[in-house]
Amino acid sequence: MILARRADAAMDLPMTQAALPKPRQSLRQQEARDAFLMLLPGLLIIFVITLIPVLYTFILSFTDTPLSNPRPQNFTGLQNYLAFLKQPLFWQTIWRTFYFTVVSVGIELVLGLAIATLLHSRPPGWKFLRTSLIIPWAVPTIVNGALWRWIYNADYGALNGLLLSLGIITKYQPWLTQPDLAMNLVIVADVWHSMPFIVLILSAALATIPTDLEEAAQVDGATAWQRFWLIRMPLLKPAILVALVIRTVEAFRVFDIIYVITQGGPAFRTVTISYLTYLESFSYGKLGSGSALSFLISIFTLAMALVYIRLLYRPEGRQ
Amino acid sequence: MKTTRKIFGLSIKMFLMLVILIFIYAPLSWLFLSSISTRAELLATPPRWIPEHPTLQNYRDILVPGTAVSEVARTFKNTLLNSFIVASTTTVICLLVGSLAAYALARLRMRYRNHIFLGILSVRMIPEISLVIPLYIAAAFLGWRDRPIILIVTYLSFALPFAIWMLTTFFETVPIELEDAALIDGSSRLGTLFRVVLPVASPGLVSTALFTFLLAWDEFFFALLFTSTIQAKTVPVAIAEFTGRYAVDITAMMTGGILAALPPVILALIFQRYIVSGLSAGAVKG
Amino acid sequence: MFHKSRPVFILVLVALLFSLVGCGAQPQADTGPKVVKVLTMQQAGPTPEEMNAIVAKFNEGNPNVKVEIEYVSYDALHDKIATAMATTPPSYDVVLVDDIWYAEFAKAGYLWDVTSKIDAATKEKVFAAAWDITTVNGVTYGMPWLLDAKYFYYNEKLLAEAGFNAPPKTWEELVAMSKVIKEKGIVEYPIVWSWGQAEAAICDFVALLFGNGGTLVDAEGKPAFNNEKGVQVVQWMLDTIDAGISNPASVSYVEEDVRNVFSQGKAVFAVNWLYMYELANLNKDESQITGQVKFGLMPAFEGSGVESATINGSMGFSVVDKSPNREQAWEFVKFLTSEAIQKEYSAHLLPIWSSNYEGEALNELMALNEATPVTVPAFKAQFPFSHVRPKVPYYPEASKALQLALQEALTKVKTPKQALDDAAAKWNELQGK
Repeated sequence: MILARRADAAMDLPMTQAALPKPRQSLRQQEARDAFLMLLPGLLIIFVITLIPVLYTFILSFTDTPLSNPRPQNFTGLQNYLAFLKQPLFWQTIWRTFYFTVVSVGIELVLGLAIATLLHSRPPGWKFLRTSLIIPWAVPTIVNGALWRWIYNADYGALNGLLLSLGIITKYQPWLTQPDLAMNLVIVADVWHSMPFIVLILSAALATIPTDLEEAAQVDGATAWQRFWLIRMPLLKPAILVALVIRTVEAFRVFDIIYVITQGGPAFRTVTISYLTYLESFSYGKLGSGSALSFLISIFTLAMALVYIRLLYRPEGRQ
Repeated sequence: MKTTRKIFGLSIKMFLMLVILIFIYAPLSWLFLSSISTRAELLATPPRWIPEHPTLQNYRDILVPGTAVSEVARTFKNTLLNSFIVASTTTVICLLVGSLAAYALARLRMRYRNHIFLGILSVRMIPEISLVIPLYIAAAFLGWRDRPIILIVTYLSFALPFAIWMLTTFFETVPIELEDAALIDGSSRLGTLFRVVLPVASPGLVSTALFTFLLAWDEFFFALLFTSTIQAKTVPVAIAEFTGRYAVDITAMMTGGILAALPPVILALIFQRYIVSGLSAGAVKG
Repeated sequence: MFHKSRPVFILVLVALLFSLVGCGAQPQADTGPKVVKVLTMQQAGPTPEEMNAIVAKFNEGNPNVKVEIEYVSYDALHDKIATAMATTPPSYDVVLVDDIWYAEFAKAGYLWDVTSKIDAATKEKVFAAAWDITTVNGVTYGMPWLLDAKYFYYNEKLLAEAGFNAPPKTWEELVAMSKVIKEKGIVEYPIVWSWGQAEAAICDFVALLFGNGGTLVDAEGKPAFNNEKGVQVVQWMLDTIDAGISNPASVSYVEEDVRNVFSQGKAVFAVNWLYMYELANLNKDESQITGQVKFGLMPAFEGSGVESATINGSMGFSVVDKSPNREQAWEFVKFLTSEAIQKEYSAHLLPIWSSNYEGEALNELMALNEATPVTVPAFKAQFPFSHVRPKVPYYPEASKALQLALQEALTKVKTPKQALDDAAAKWNELQGK
């Protein structure tokens, strides 16, 4: 995993340099120049289309600029940030977003690991299952949202129809009006769509694990459970972390699926931080405080990503 | 004794497979059944799982529209084409620019390499919503509003960092000896990249391409704000437009959903061999 | 993380930024036809073909104006207008504006003041309640266009099965009838509403609140929905859910869900906009209760002294203030909303001119299609009882706060009184800003 290598390189930089045979200076310089030239188009694009806008938004976040006239104006310092940090609504939203992230990514990971393991044991029909898994993943998010909203519908949804014909419920239930349930229903929709991605990554990782190790352990009398935790899991760790980084960052910014399924209801119980940002910036036209919120999201996601990256750094995590 | 255990294990596995398949296919079949039902049948309680009068009218309305068809249905094909143009152009640019950058990051020694790599990754974490206003102002200034190019450019903001990251992991797995041999033979840096590294890393290229394509195909928020006519409108926006001020054309929406899902699903199914082998080679390696 | 200690870099960045922001008006070519770009909505009013025909007619008299129309979904309309205003010249010259956005857009300076351009005859011949849509603090910002209100629908056949031959005139009567309907097992939940977390909930609440003699804000613009009358209404909403009279799923529903339930014959009563009539009563592909749908005047509460009350949910066409072609744009708006055009293209849109509802014009209007013999009289009867929501610039945020309050009360997270008081506090806070 590149992150880990890069990180090791960074930490051991002086040592690595000393250990390497010193190349001819000109070659070194030429290599650096080549590297610069090759990186240039990519960095230029990223710079122009993301960093400039981000800087612009960053400046906006210290103002109370309205959406109607988005030139930075009326500097208010840290007031936008402080106002949010003081609001219970903000902290509830952050907590709810974490709940969504942790639960959906958690379920996706456990299910994904189980299904990948199942696939890896090559039961009859495994290829069909793997092919099937690709379909939900390729269904566009907006379609996914519309589909699940339809499934959950209280008066003609498939969920009610199914549960009723199975005799689990005696009459149709309004699922999305229940404050404690709504978020979990959104999570199910998200799991359906995103879990296959984790299965793909973990299947790929399992394919790279040499079988002789596990066979040897089996000969030595290790139980299946031991083999799984002591051999397979450590080898899978980098892949799990890759999947976690990608999915956590995505889940923490969740917007589309909530916009389609619940629009934040009931009683704001499914409003996540991105949705709140959308409300502030676009519905309420408060670009300044919306910008501050979007920066808080960036900071949170960055912090989480850094935690994962640190986990990857740890020498004992690497085999 | 052993065989009984084996049979027991196998039947557990088969049962689990069945449960997973149901979880995958139940919503999909509901999507499909909704698209071939009339609204009156769709709303029946208890639900009619199999419509009594299945109709392909919704598909006909979109594929060979008559005159009495809504604007959204009639222009749906154009939006499919727009999505295709936008997603594939974005993918090609990402592969080209991304390969160059990824090769430099994976292979060449330079200062701040680590910082640059993490910087690119962190760009991926910026929420779209914090980019949209400045980008809109720029788009209007350049006269790019409601043209596919604005979507291609803005989609690079999330697709390019992702592509660079994936490609870097793939390039790292290409045996360095191959390149050294080419370089010693007098091949240039670019020549080596295109003649040696890319062919070896092709499963990685294919999976990166597919992931990038899906990201671009899926995007909704930029497309919603930047486009408004069939010149540039993409499929997710068209699907959202089956919702009027009050009325929602649910059966048409489900039909649109199926048609919108088909291209990425077909691509993913064709290239699935490469996805798994590509991922095994690169992204998941420790 | 990137280029620490690189002041030059920062300078370039700032320069780039300013070149991006500072871009003023682009030079506008003054030759050739003037272009008027119109932003309107899908699935509302005339079909695109009819709109094209209207534009062609307009061009007969104005050959030097080129009209370009863009259609977006209602959900995208507000955000598209708001983002479009960020640039000069703006991306649109004419925009379709919902009632509740007028104050916000007017305060932001998006819209052109056309008060002096509307002559006395026009002022008089268009419904007074329609001018309430486009007028903020006495200034008129455009022509009303899509007149709508929420109507009280009932299923005549199911109501007759319960033994009633006339719709309820008060909400108390509705409750009494509902009890009979439930006892006879005709439907499980007699009435269905759109009380989901959306503007739809505010619309239903306004109809009930004004029907109880209440108002959203008092004469000074202070929130009044949390007084005794407002609390009574929310308590009534909650009680009807608990009694199984209101469909409990209403708390997650918007208009379209109401239509689906009602069209299945799963409700005897429903509150919805005018669009439901044609789909529920005349379209067999959409409905299983064709021929059974009737309108009643929206009920009110007993003892409130109110005969009927509903929500005015209309829209208007306005000219963008920053547009370089305001005059041409206004000409088009006037043409589009003119008495003659409205009369000719009224198949999908009720006219704003009261003169179109009188004498011979009325007969013509009613003979237009299958729906108009019923919808036109219903409109004429109900629209005068319609109330607009407060014209305040912070309305979207205030509305969200009230939506939250209704949701909290209806899901029993808070008591009605508590929830409404909290929302009122939020309104006061917004007002103070």
